Amino acid sequence: MTHLPYIAGAYGLAAMVALWFGIGATLRLRRARTRLAAVEAARTRGGGDA
Amino acid sequence: MSASQTLAARTGSLFHRFANPGRFLRLGARLQPWLTWPALALTLIGVIWGLFLSPADWQQGDSVRIMYVHVPAAWLASSGYMALAVCSVLSLVWRHPLADLAAVEIGPVGAAITAVCLATGSLWGKPMWGTWWVWDARLTSVLVLFFLYLGHIALIRAFDEPQRGYRAAAILALAGAVDLPIIKFSVQWWNTLHQPDSITLTGAPTMSTTMLWPLLICTLGFTLGFGAIVVARLRAAVMESRARALLSARRGGASS
Repeated sequence: MTHLPYIAGAYGLAAMVALWFGIGATLRLRRARTRLAAVEAARTRGGGDA
Repeated sequence: MSASQTLAARTGSLFHRFANPGRFLRLGARLQPWLTWPALALTLIGVIWGLFLSPADWQQGDSVRIMYVHVPAAWLASSGYMALAVCSVLSLVWRHPLADLAAVEIGPVGAAITAVCLATGSLWGKPMWGTWWVWDARLTSVLVLFFLYLGHIALIRAFDEPQRGYRAAAILALAGAVDLPIIKFSVQWWNTLHQPDSITLTGAPTMSTTMLWPLLICTLGFTLGFGAIVVARLRAAVMESRARALLSARRGGASS
């Protein structure tokens, strides 16, 4: 495999980008869900005056 | 009302059924595992098949294995931009609120996959052509696509009033869609260093099935993965927007 560094570079780059966006989207979704739940809970506690 | 107006109204009402954030969140939550897990499984199978089980090319040797990431990335660069253009039509014609949010979320993912396409192309080009880059019609038109994505990302965030940014970016996305047929047909219209398409809608594939299968599996896996990431980002954006709206309504209620 004389072209191994090029192959490893291509697959490594694709994996890094996929992981970056995949993990980023998962964490963002989790944060957004937690925040929305907290805001909705506060709204319910406040007697729905929002 | 004329027939075309009726059709436009019907199409608009069909798309607006999914404009309700609650309905979209329920649909997105149901869709998410059906995109994520098959994407991971298919990509893993395709990559292992492509790297270790498929044969080396008689001319290119093992560097042909770069194809299993380069071709799916190229397909997604174009189809991601097509999705952006569809969102732009939905936004400009029917003022669909989710289309604007979808365009915001597709842009960065599309730009990243276009960058992967360009970089893996360079990594394939160096051992095969002896150079990282040539100003070939296919390569240049994909570079233009990358700049269109960057322009869209910048423009959508360039205004204080988000609606103005959405409109301006939608117009750019629609105008930029002219680059898609140029990318597709560049290898036919001009003499290019880039090889012609191996898979077309009208003819039989010009590659061996031992290479075609892992390529198709990788392409399907990457496409589902792209969809999974965009749906997850869009669900997060809808939730963030809903939380912001609830907070501002509470602040408004408290101050009055």
